[in-house]
Amino acid sequence: MLEVNGVIVRYGNRQILNQVDLHAENGKFVGIIGPNGSGKTTLVKTINNIIKPNAGSITVDGRSIDTMSSIEIAKNIAMVSQVISINFEFTVEDVVLMGRTPYIKGAETHEDMEIVQDAMKKTKILHLKDRFVTQLSGGELQKVIIARALAQNPKILLLDEPTSHLDITNQIDILNLVKDASRKGILVIAVMHDLNLAAYYCDKIYLLRDGDVISSGTPDEVLTPSNIKTTYNIDVEVINNQITNSLYVIPRLEPLGKKTQLSQRDIMSTFA
Amino acid sequence: MPKYSGSVRSVIIALAVILLIVVVSNTAIGTTNISPVLTAKIIYMGLLEWVQGTILWTLSLTGIPFDGSAFFNSISPDVTWTDGQEMIIMGIRLPRVLLAALVGAALATAGCSMQGLLKNPLADPYIIGMSSGAALGAAIGFTLLLPIQLISFIFATITIFVVYNISKVGGKVPVDTLLLAGIAISFFLSALTSFFLFFSESLHQIIYWMMGGFWNASWDKVKITLVIVFTGILLSYRHSWNLNVMLLGEEQAQSLGVNIESVKKQILVISALITAAAVSVSGIIGFVGLIIPHIMRNIIGPDHRGLLPASTLMGAIFLVLSDTFARTFPSKMQTVLESNDIMLFQVILERIGSLQGVDLPVGIVTALFGAPFFIYLLRKRRKSLYA
Repeated sequence: MLEVNGVIVRYGNRQILNQVDLHAENGKFVGIIGPNGSGKTTLVKTINNIIKPNAGSITVDGRSIDTMSSIEIAKNIAMVSQVISINFEFTVEDVVLMGRTPYIKGAETHEDMEIVQDAMKKTKILHLKDRFVTQLSGGELQKVIIARALAQNPKILLLDEPTSHLDITNQIDILNLVKDASRKGILVIAVMHDLNLAAYYCDKIYLLRDGDVISSGTPDEVLTPSNIKTTYNIDVEVINNQITNSLYVIPRLEPLGKKTQLSQRDIMSTFA
Repeated sequence: MPKYSGSVRSVIIALAVILLIVVVSNTAIGTTNISPVLTAKIIYMGLLEWVQGTILWTLSLTGIPFDGSAFFNSISPDVTWTDGQEMIIMGIRLPRVLLAALVGAALATAGCSMQGLLKNPLADPYIIGMSSGAALGAAIGFTLLLPIQLISFIFATITIFVVYNISKVGGKVPVDTLLLAGIAISFFLSALTSFFLFFSESLHQIIYWMMGGFWNASWDKVKITLVIVFTGILLSYRHSWNLNVMLLGEEQAQSLGVNIESVKKQILVISALITAAAVSVSGIIGFVGLIIPHIMRNIIGPDHRGLLPASTLMGAIFLVLSDTFARTFPSKMQTVLESNDIMLFQVILERIGSLQGVDLPVGIVTALFGAPFFIYLLRKRRKSLYA
């Protein structure tokens, strides 16, 4: 159970978050969407206590994170930031074991290693365990980072654009993993860019613009053409996607004239 | 005990054994010929006497009567050496070899921590102005006839605190700011040192000091350095896991519960102190702190739980070997020059006069041998070495 109440964050005299409220229960998948610069990343970092808010409170299961030590916070909240690469030759297992950092006193125990194994199993990277993280693809690396976060045994899993640099297979793979985690009781809060993936995976969506929550609720309530117009300044059509049984947001782009005018002959010669 | 993979553990054990062999065998090397076996016996005897003395002293404090001389005599070797030989080994060579080992260990450990902490392959123990602080201290010490070791230690320590506080932005110390502040302060202090050099009458001494060497090693220096360096090294090992986690990025480390600012501060202070202790007894010996960690990272990987101890041991080995070369080379060269009738050699001999009794500054040796080896490694690996 996470409660964010009236959080204000300023960088100098620029206000990044204006009195943001966010309430979410365990086992939910909460999406944070909004244009670039709307304060999404700042919000998740503030929840993780990496950025200290100028005002407002953040509580986990009724306890304010202000009163927790950094180790206690790490036992409650895990964060997956966008990691494009790791330049050091750690093995996959080593990196996942780093998730046990808040629990390890001196040396890791047998139990720590079991949790690490389990996290690697859940994220389907057990076969990579002795590989160097420098040799992994983007998708594999992101799974390693998620496994590390799961090894932290958190109540809350924060993800900052976990899939934005990945191909479609990996995007789906990763989000399925995270969805599984939320089904097992972890509260997932993910900053997302792809509105359609957000519509499919999220139980609840927060739509941010310039540090304000413009709208929050189920995907149906939040992803309306008018909300998207106010935040992204783009005209969209929102339809119900029969295949996935979720909303589908289509930008109303002018059909590009050129391609439709290709003659049969042009097409034939292209594929010849 | 931290978890090492088997190979890492064996590398560390092997290095420890090699260090022991290197210390004994290098103590045996010198102008007076004393065999390594005899040297080992003399050192063993000295160690026994020291242990016996310590035990007796501790027991006398507690008031328990104990006479272990029979036991100690039974495990002592027969004395087959002269007092002169014992004096050379225990009084002159061993403190020098041990001091070299300590300084090498200190520099390599500090360099390794700094590279990890700053995530910068160019980092070494001197990167944030330590060496220029120590050099200025030494220059002032020589000029004003103050105790060199103390003054350079104080100056090196002050430098690091100044740099740290300059780089502080709202309670945090960004790594880039730290590096830049360090470089700026370095230049400033170097200018001051040059200023002193310009007016000082002990120009030759100061420059000789700055090149680094162990010609004035003594047991007192070994003891002081041992206490600081040993404590410092053990304290930095405590942070090896935190250093690993911080390599993945500061925010990641923070969200894993690592108090990064406190770790940074502790590692900086520890590295600064052991470097200052090393520099103040040996002058500025370059290259060890930069290259040894890279070589060990290349061999056993980036995990600081193995990397830090391996660097410590390798730094000690490397500096003992370099110093042996530095102290024996001039007389060897003299012999070679004299025994050959080549015109050029005679000219050189005339130019330099006598080399006997003069040491090569060890800083020259470390770079002269270390750099080519490092270049070889860089080429052989054909990929980024700092990984």
